[in-house]
Amino acid sequence: MKLTSQAVTGSDAFRANRKAHLAALDMVQEAAAQAAAGGGERARTRHLARGKMLPRERVANLLDPGTPFLEIGATAAHGMYGGAAPAAGAVAGIGRVMGRDVMILCNDATVKGGTYYPMTVKKHLRAQEIAAECHLPCVYLVDSGGANLPQQDEVFPDRDHFGRIFYNQARMSAAGIAQIAVVMGSCTAGGAYVPAMSDVTIIVKEQGTIFLAGPPLVRAATGEVVSAEELGGGDVHTRLSGVADYLAEDDAHALALARRAVGSLGPVPDVSANWASPEDPAYDPEEILGVVPASLSTPYDIREVIARMVDGSRFDEFKARFGETLVTGFAHVHGCPVGIVANNGVLFSEAAQKGAHFVELCSQRRIPLVFLQNITGFMVGKKYENEGIARHGAKMVTAVATTSVPKITMLVGGSFGAGNYGMAGRAYQPRFLWTWPNSRISVMGGAQAAGVLAQVKRVGIEKAGGSWSDEEEAAFRRPTEEMFEEQAHPLYASARLWDDGIIDPRKSRDVLGLSLRAALNAPVEETRFGVFRM
Amino acid sequence: MIRKLLIANRGEIACRIIRTARSMGISTVAVYSDADAGAAHVALADEAVHLGGSAPAESYLNSEALLAAARRTGAEAVHPGYGFLSENPDFVEAVAAVGLIFVGPPASAIRQMGLKDAAKRLMEEAGVPVVPGYHGAEQSPERLAEEADRIGYPVLIKAVAGGGGKGMRRVDAPEDFATSLASARAEARTAFGNADVLVERYVRQPRHIELQIFGDVHGNAVHLFERDCSLQRRHQKVIEEAPAPGMTEEMRAAMGQAAVRAAQAIGYVGAGTVEFIVEGGEVLRPDGFWFMEMNTRLQVEHPVTEAVTGLDLVEWQLRVASGEKLPLAQEEIRCEGHAFEARLYAEDVPAGFLPATGRLAHLRFSDLARNDSGVREGDEISPWYDPMIAKVITHGPSRGVALARLSHALEQTEVGGTVTNIAFLEALSRHEGFAAGRVDTGLIERDLDSLVRQELPSAAVLACAALAASGMDAPPVDFTGFSLWAPLQRTVVLERDGQQWRIGVAIRGADRVDIEIEEEVLPCRRGARGWLIGEARAPGPARLLDGAVLVFAGQPWEFALPDPLARESAEAMGGNIVEAPMPGLVREVLVQSGQMVERGDRLVILEAMKMEHALSAVRAGRVEAVLVEAGAQVAAHDALVLLDPEEEGEAE
Repeated sequence: MKLTSQAVTGSDAFRANRKAHLAALDMVQEAAAQAAAGGGERARTRHLARGKMLPRERVANLLDPGTPFLEIGATAAHGMYGGAAPAAGAVAGIGRVMGRDVMILCNDATVKGGTYYPMTVKKHLRAQEIAAECHLPCVYLVDSGGANLPQQDEVFPDRDHFGRIFYNQARMSAAGIAQIAVVMGSCTAGGAYVPAMSDVTIIVKEQGTIFLAGPPLVRAATGEVVSAEELGGGDVHTRLSGVADYLAEDDAHALALARRAVGSLGPVPDVSANWASPEDPAYDPEEILGVVPASLSTPYDIREVIARMVDGSRFDEFKARFGETLVTGFAHVHGCPVGIVANNGVLFSEAAQKGAHFVELCSQRRIPLVFLQNITGFMVGKKYENEGIARHGAKMVTAVATTSVPKITMLVGGSFGAGNYGMAGRAYQPRFLWTWPNSRISVMGGAQAAGVLAQVKRVGIEKAGGSWSDEEEAAFRRPTEEMFEEQAHPLYASARLWDDGIIDPRKSRDVLGLSLRAALNAPVEETRFGVFRM
Repeated sequence: MIRKLLIANRGEIACRIIRTARSMGISTVAVYSDADAGAAHVALADEAVHLGGSAPAESYLNSEALLAAARRTGAEAVHPGYGFLSENPDFVEAVAAVGLIFVGPPASAIRQMGLKDAAKRLMEEAGVPVVPGYHGAEQSPERLAEEADRIGYPVLIKAVAGGGGKGMRRVDAPEDFATSLASARAEARTAFGNADVLVERYVRQPRHIELQIFGDVHGNAVHLFERDCSLQRRHQKVIEEAPAPGMTEEMRAAMGQAAVRAAQAIGYVGAGTVEFIVEGGEVLRPDGFWFMEMNTRLQVEHPVTEAVTGLDLVEWQLRVASGEKLPLAQEEIRCEGHAFEARLYAEDVPAGFLPATGRLAHLRFSDLARNDSGVREGDEISPWYDPMIAKVITHGPSRGVALARLSHALEQTEVGGTVTNIAFLEALSRHEGFAAGRVDTGLIERDLDSLVRQELPSAAVLACAALAASGMDAPPVDFTGFSLWAPLQRTVVLERDGQQWRIGVAIRGADRVDIEIEEEVLPCRRGARGWLIGEARAPGPARLLDGAVLVFAGQPWEFALPDPLARESAEAMGGNIVEAPMPGLVREVLVQSGQMVERGDRLVILEAMKMEHALSAVRAGRVEAVLVEAGAQVAAHDALVLLDPEEEGEAE
């Protein structure tokens, strides 16, 4: 039951691994710090001079003291838009308010006036998706000029663009998921609908404004000269228009009012009712950095990671002797019972069948699933195709796709090809998807991709009677390899919100615990599987 | 021996008596008022009887109810404690009349000592030195002034029926005599219903040294050494000690003999205290002490005598009351080491030692001291009675050790939920002159400014408060302070004495927090033994209460945590309300609704802790509404008078 680690913590390999992981962590840390700094020193000083709290202060002061904040998309838009939108201009995450888990989305007005870039929209929608799936009340701390006009074609028209925000608000409200807006700055044009579509809206006196068109646009359109405050200030909206419900003196007062609003939402779901009492792992999570090889191509036993993630390092391994490249079993994380599905090599038919079996088991028992992804794909070759590996793989994919239990996925290594599907990649809608700084994601490895392309090219050249030197082929392969390398990097992936964020591997256990807690705010529905190809 | 004892008192003294009685195998009966239904002394006793309303007259001063309680419970004896009916001869007689034992002196002894001038005459006859003065019945201002001239200035005017400093005035020159006399008489009339006064010589650098005496029904009397109670503020004792600094064997023998003579002169039985005024200075002169008065009861400060003699004075009282002989002869009574007692009160020292109330949300005492207390954590300090929280008593082989223990014990005493005088007591315990034994009754008044000086909290104290307020001081639970990358940046606002601090708290994890105070960043780490602020251990434990945070670092630092939701209402009313500064009884309302008032006009007279406080208008204007009537009991911060916000008078 209790896992026994084979790692030698003082070894050269351990130290070398640790060093490499720390270097990778530094990169992410730096990117996260840039993101947290928002629109830079000048913009922050200006923001503070107006008596406003910075976005991260707003979020922290909304939370119950001492409680955690699980941020999502912390490095969103990293390296995009020429670096113009740190954290995509918004802070999002799950925190505790009056003892209740809530989704918070806070615009960062120091980033281009809090306007919405395509990634801002995606981040906002992702936050809402999590809230909808986990039944988390939403608190929007609004301070935004609306759509970023130069980017309007990627922000406005499509299904998952700006309009979807308000659609989601209406749908969530209908589902009984509270929508609370706090207007702490501008709320212009489309943005005006965030407070308007909320169940409860608070606005800060002489600071928050809500209008469909700001004073310059009004003047241009009708010639009417009007101040922002007269047009749509807190006084107007709480006294005349009824667009907002509570008038706050300042940010602190507004956040206190928002806390009170959350406090009046009724009984808090008891998510941990049947959890065991939490227990630290027997092995220090700090050691993860040493036991996981620096290179993705060095094999290692995934149980070394599990031993540093689960309560008491206890793991009830299921079908240990069958399909050994997939490790499945039961454990507790922070007291929450979970089923773990973890890669320990390439997927064979047996492993895929075992995975499907285990997912069925957890679905039957309504136990949340945790996927630890480190997968190069399903095995290829005549023997495997002929025995129907696609059929067995499909079973696992079907099980993962149709189960109703919450899935939490963590990319702890490679995520390549169809392995990504079977292991609850983004398309399989896990409640949360987290990545480690050493992880890589792409349809296949860069070398393999370049090899496939080169193979096709060589056939074409040789068919036409031409010849292709090895140097020419190497030159042909290089850009593909480089492109894959860049795009597989977790910072590239996280910038585009293919995941919910890069995490420090040492915090995996806490991240899992918080993700499970958030997910279980929604009741676990009964599973109805699709047709399994037998 | 008495088998069942009724304690006609409350608070710490009731608890104190119950403990000794229990250890002697005596059953105990507590009594209580409405306000005290859940009090510690009620919980501690074997039985408890409800007396009546919260006002003392309806409960602890209600002798009929007390005697009925004794009858109902079958108590054989009544211990009066101190205060309330302890020195009321009528009560003593009433107790005796129903065949019960009164644990204390006979009524005659109380009567003889009750009227100060008569008592002094009696003592003079018994050969006890008294301060030159006029104690005559002739009370015309002219006669009193003549006598003052005869005695020589400075003189002291005192209420004949007085006590506790009420109705007392010092007069330095003849021309001030008439006004001082008038005010002393007025106060005496209010306090005691008797305006008669006496005039005495005023002793310079006076010290208050009292002798603990004991008598039995067999005619024996002994003394249990002296106590020095010179540290007083407005005649209220603050810190007492035994023995008296600078006391010589010769002086002690002289004072002891005088005290025993005094007791024997009135056939004294039980515990009593003979108070002397002693002329201070470099050395104490054996002829430099004079009889002041005799307290015919157990004193508040009796524990210091217990500490140095190793005796239990309540046990002695109960044995004497049962008819036993005094347990020890004079030569068998020893005085070992040195002891101090500090009186810990719920009072607002910077506001002028105003009595305070509140629920004791947090209460911890030091192990270094004996802590005689009648309240527990969660108990209420009500406006009805003396706001004492505890007596902190330390003992040591020498004065220096006992005093160091006192300072340290006070430092370790944690009270939350009300303001207290702890900081003042601590400052006093560290006073240089006091430490050197140079005490006199004027010490506190002279050095009041430095003793109540309000220091600013250190950065470490602010950091501790901020840690507690941001939920990081409590032991970490799952996920405490968790964030993925960027720290959680909370802002904590602390308020104290009209000053406000905005403190940035960057939470980097359960064990790492950066605290930013006035642009200085203090990195804090949670170690095995609590938080490290920078490199140093946290200056003291912090406690988070409802709307406030307390840091016990040498002194209690209480900071209010302003509730943003409370702002609207407070701002809406600002400046137009006259509030009660403390709980009390409205004596008089001097204005009517609609009346114009000038700045400084007296609006309401509030009586609290037997003192009258005039509440004046802070600005000129029209009275919009009077919200109380004379005779009403009000709580601290109750609105009394509302001024019209629009009509500000020209006097502004």
